[in-house]
Amino acid sequence: MNPQRFPFTRETSLFVLAYLYVPVVVLIAYSFNANRTATVWTHASLDWYGRILVNPSIQSAAWNSLVIAVSAATAATVLALLAALATRRAFLGCGASEAILNMPLILPEIAVAVATLLLFVSLGVKLGLGAMVAAHTAFCIPFAYLPIRARLDGISGTYEEAAHDLYANRFRTFRRVTMPLLWPGVMAGFTLAFVTSLDDFLTSFFLAGPGLTTLPVYIFSAIRAGITPEINAISAVMLVVSVLLVSLSFFLGRLRR
Amino acid sequence: MSAALRRFFLLSPALAVILFLIGVPLCLMAWVSLLDKGGTSGVDWSSAPSSANYVRLAWEEDFDGTMILNTSYLVIFLRSVSLAAVTTVLSLAFGLPVALWMASLSRTGRDIMLLLITIPFWTNLLVRNYAWLIILREDGWVSRFVNMISPWPVQLLYNDAAVAIGLTYSLLPFTILPLYTVFEKFDWRLLEAAHDLGATRKRALLRVVLPIATPGIVAGALLVFIPCLGAFVTPALLGGGKTLMLGNIIQMQFGASRNWPFGATLAVVLLAIMLVVMTAMALWRNRRTA
Repeated sequence: MNPQRFPFTRETSLFVLAYLYVPVVVLIAYSFNANRTATVWTHASLDWYGRILVNPSIQSAAWNSLVIAVSAATAATVLALLAALATRRAFLGCGASEAILNMPLILPEIAVAVATLLLFVSLGVKLGLGAMVAAHTAFCIPFAYLPIRARLDGISGTYEEAAHDLYANRFRTFRRVTMPLLWPGVMAGFTLAFVTSLDDFLTSFFLAGPGLTTLPVYIFSAIRAGITPEINAISAVMLVVSVLLVSLSFFLGRLRR
Repeated sequence: MSAALRRFFLLSPALAVILFLIGVPLCLMAWVSLLDKGGTSGVDWSSAPSSANYVRLAWEEDFDGTMILNTSYLVIFLRSVSLAAVTTVLSLAFGLPVALWMASLSRTGRDIMLLLITIPFWTNLLVRNYAWLIILREDGWVSRFVNMISPWPVQLLYNDAAVAIGLTYSLLPFTILPLYTVFEKFDWRLLEAAHDLGATRKRALLRVVLPIATPGIVAGALLVFIPCLGAFVTPALLGGGKTLMLGNIIQMQFGASRNWPFGATLAVVLLAIMLVVMTAMALWRNRRTA
């Protein structure tokens, strides 16, 4: 059953794909440009990649980003996994709970970021890594929750019933039956939470405190100071890392049940 | 352990984290929006709550003490709302044909397109907007080309159009995906029926496809409009100092201006606009299904 094709839908789609991908390709191409002025193409080189590898402020920003993303994604995945197990069967207040879990997805990030800043300052919490990990954990929860929940919905209850009939207790059933089936969903959720945290700019920007940067915060201030080929190279690296991780998550989500 | 108790222990950690780190801060921010600025932290915590910050949004005190209209913030509100509206319309105009085309593809084709449309969403927003900065900047080849054929000098960056391009670029996937989910389930025989009954393509599009796509259009419009209102990165990079949006002035109050209560006021207004839009959409949807 082939839908009737409307004129120009194909052309528009190709245009949209170009619109989405040309800037990315241009950016990556320029990151290999040897010329200092970044707009004039001389010849291909890996110079800028070499430079960002030995730049100490980029190294420390990358390290901070990584520490925050690993901690926040781990915490968010554990919390989301527990919550997903709880909301598996509908109950009174299930809808409300899910609405709260998904709240970070709809709220404008800038409002949440400044509100969290106000909270930390009013409580006397020191800004920095700890504050950023806490805030990232909160907004990463729905990104981990949704894939885990989707995977859980696809697991038939009969496996657990069988385990139960064979005298496995609740914990054993979870460890030996539910968890192995759920694992790809958990990994997909972790990866999405990790990418979300790694790419976050606004929350980190407000909560970083003096002297601390993450990669996106570093990139933002570097752009403000002027376009350099180094920014192209870091940006290209960040793009490639995100794309690889998301493809991994997509693949994990499609693993056979 | 009863099922309810177990459920409570499983669910409460995640809910507690979100409520404490997102819910409580938003309430605190509403309170701070009523206070005065001051102190080293930017807020005078002991000041008496007043609506002074909200009055400041539209009025200012003249030298002789009378209140006069101050349109500088209103202009920024208006610009934010109109840029969000333009972006929403553009995203729908591009999203609708793409979603239609995707639904007409084979299973593999759909999956590939789905992946291609989703990937940009997961890449860094800052980096994607920076890419446009490279493309549109003054000494770039696009700018040179445009200036070569244009009879007057054209500045591509740092204006409303550049911000609209960047916002549409950032948020376009959000209209394509909900529209696609509608068209994916669409029974295309309805179109054949319309055709058999003598409807032209245009008529079939207006009378069959669009009404069915309405839930997807509404969902997509919300998903684009709301993030646009709170946009910070795109106007900061592509808009320069002249094209400020709500997000930029919120950041300025928490940064250089150091007037946190007024920044909180602006953020509360942002949330209020968002709430109004979402409530209107929900009411409209209820009336439609009722």
